Amino acid sequence: MKHLGMEQNRPRIAVFDFTGCEGCELQLANKEETLGAFLNAIEVVSFREVSSDRGDDYDVALIDGAITRPDEVERLKTIRQQAKILVAMGSCACFGGVNRLKNAYDLDEANREVYGDLPKETMPTMAVDEVVPVDLKVPGCPVSKDEMERVVQHLVWDLPLPSYAYPVCLECKQRYTVCRFDLGELCLGPITRAGCGAPCPAGGLGCWGCRGPAESPNYDEFFALAKEKGFTEQEINDRLSFFGGFQDVVSTTAFQENTNEDQP
Amino acid sequence: MKINLDVNVHHLTRVEGHGNIRVRVTGGKITEARWDIVETPRYFEVMLKGKHYTMAGILTARICGICSIGHCLASVRATENAFGITIPEAAAKLRLLAKHGETLQSHTLHLFFLAAPDFLGLTSAIPLKDLKPEVFGLAARLKGLANHLCEVVAGRTTHPVSIQVGGMAKMPDKYALRDLKAQCQRAVDDLAATVELFGTLEIPDFVRETEFVSLKAAKEYPFIGGRLLSTDGVEHPESDYRAMTNEYVTENNTSKWSKLSRESFAVGALARLNNNYHRLHRKAREAAGQFGLAPICHNPFMNNVAQLVECVHVVHDSIRIINELVDTSNGETMAPVMPRASQGVGAVEAPRGILYHDYEYDALGRVVRANCVIPTTQNNANIHYDMAALVKQFAVDGMTDERLELLCSMLVRAYDPCISCSVH
Repeated sequence: MKHLGMEQNRPRIAVFDFTGCEGCELQLANKEETLGAFLNAIEVVSFREVSSDRGDDYDVALIDGAITRPDEVERLKTIRQQAKILVAMGSCACFGGVNRLKNAYDLDEANREVYGDLPKETMPTMAVDEVVPVDLKVPGCPVSKDEMERVVQHLVWDLPLPSYAYPVCLECKQRYTVCRFDLGELCLGPITRAGCGAPCPAGGLGCWGCRGPAESPNYDEFFALAKEKGFTEQEINDRLSFFGGFQDVVSTTAFQENTNEDQP
Repeated sequence: MKINLDVNVHHLTRVEGHGNIRVRVTGGKITEARWDIVETPRYFEVMLKGKHYTMAGILTARICGICSIGHCLASVRATENAFGITIPEAAAKLRLLAKHGETLQSHTLHLFFLAAPDFLGLTSAIPLKDLKPEVFGLAARLKGLANHLCEVVAGRTTHPVSIQVGGMAKMPDKYALRDLKAQCQRAVDDLAATVELFGTLEIPDFVRETEFVSLKAAKEYPFIGGRLLSTDGVEHPESDYRAMTNEYVTENNTSKWSKLSRESFAVGALARLNNNYHRLHRKAREAAGQFGLAPICHNPFMNNVAQLVECVHVVHDSIRIINELVDTSNGETMAPVMPRASQGVGAVEAPRGILYHDYEYDALGRVVRANCVIPTTQNNANIHYDMAALVKQFAVDGMTDERLELLCSMLVRAYDPCISCSVH
């Protein structure tokens, strides 16, 4: 198909779901005003949730979900062998997402609690890049369709990928949202990677960090601010560990030092 | 002539999540007819333990990418019932409006993108964009309106942010509400066109008598909270949901199964309609009439039609709610929240059927124990038993593996299963 008189590359895309809610895949069918153009720009080779076509000759694999069972490891490795470009789509694929929360519990006990005497196979949650190399990560819970469109534009026209070095805070200011801290709430906006358009603070909910860290986030300043506003270590860690993107800074020494100053 | 048939579907397409169909007919006898859920378990009930009440709704919304609003609503309702909170009237209206947005979004997604391709001889709805652009446009406009409704009222289309314990975090501004109302009014014609379109599709003639479970209407067609009712006459308060669900674990499934008066029961649009037909909006009953759909209907394929009837209902009811919200002078949307050691249940009609969240809290407002019973969990046994009856009826001379596979797949899709939800 030609665009502005030029032949264009129509990437052959396959979408695969692993452990998760499949909400990121659903986003691909959203943004109805550009859905037709989006589908014209790509060739959907395999997308189980919306199509019975099951092609194996794809170039780009979009991976939705985290890896939580041995058969998923094997399936993912097979997909990696075929895909020229493998994209981790959404927070589950990028960080393990909320599924990673289960790693804090004894899985045998978890199995007994849910399934009684008939336990089901499971293993600790992994992000996609803990199993195979990932070419591109698009975090978000769910992923933003705008950002997925930018990824497709990159694949079709070689347009540069958006780079969100700055945090969500900036996008809040751009849409005149009152700061959640000023309303007495905790918010990870100062350290979380932007690109979502900051819908949560505008909707009345401080950021929970689904997109993971911005570039070189100022953790010291953030922990100092959160402490000054009276939030506890547990409250802050509840947020940092929620989507798995801030695993490395949960209960960091930076925070410990900050809170320890309070100790008598 | 001896009939031999073999159907083996690994990871059925055009459904949410991972399930398998296995059917074998040997020498005219059904030796196997199975519907099995093989989705990976996520252990949400375990992950909820120790979480603060403010986190429960945000976390459980992630059980499902399609019905995240339903999960969030059931979650905050369970917590509010535990803490003894009555939410402001305006918040209750906003919640119902958000629920309507989700019902319309989920039903249109299912009807056009997941179910319709089978009836039109297509593998997906994507070719409709070129083959029948007017149908693709219809689907895109209705789903677009639904997503817009969710965005304005709940803050986002998937995984809501404004639905919080105590009420709703914000009242949308009146310009946005009036714009939504205008869009709903325009959608009335699109719905009429959809009813006409689906009227041309041939619904398989199959009946297996079963029990239907849903919320019971008090005054309005029910979506959020209230008493529980079955077509076999069982009735319980919301808090006694366990008497209605009776979950048990099976060997081959990562989803649990449920039963009530019989070996299985069904939930969803058809169950709601069978129990509450007279509470539907007049225009929705008219749409039902065009398909000859009236209670009690035991054809599971008619769940598709029941979903379409509900689309008509929720669009008309959304116009009513928006009128009331625009006229209201009391814009208070949040009630004060005081955690206490307690237990509470929230029942909500998710698009695929009745959904329950049940939490026990400690005095600090952290979850001690949680239980979620999912619509598709309740439907899985019914789908399984339907499968055997369907095969029995259709395994006749002239039937092929391909046609039987299509019929079995269409049966499962008619329930619009949300499989990752059912495993959670």
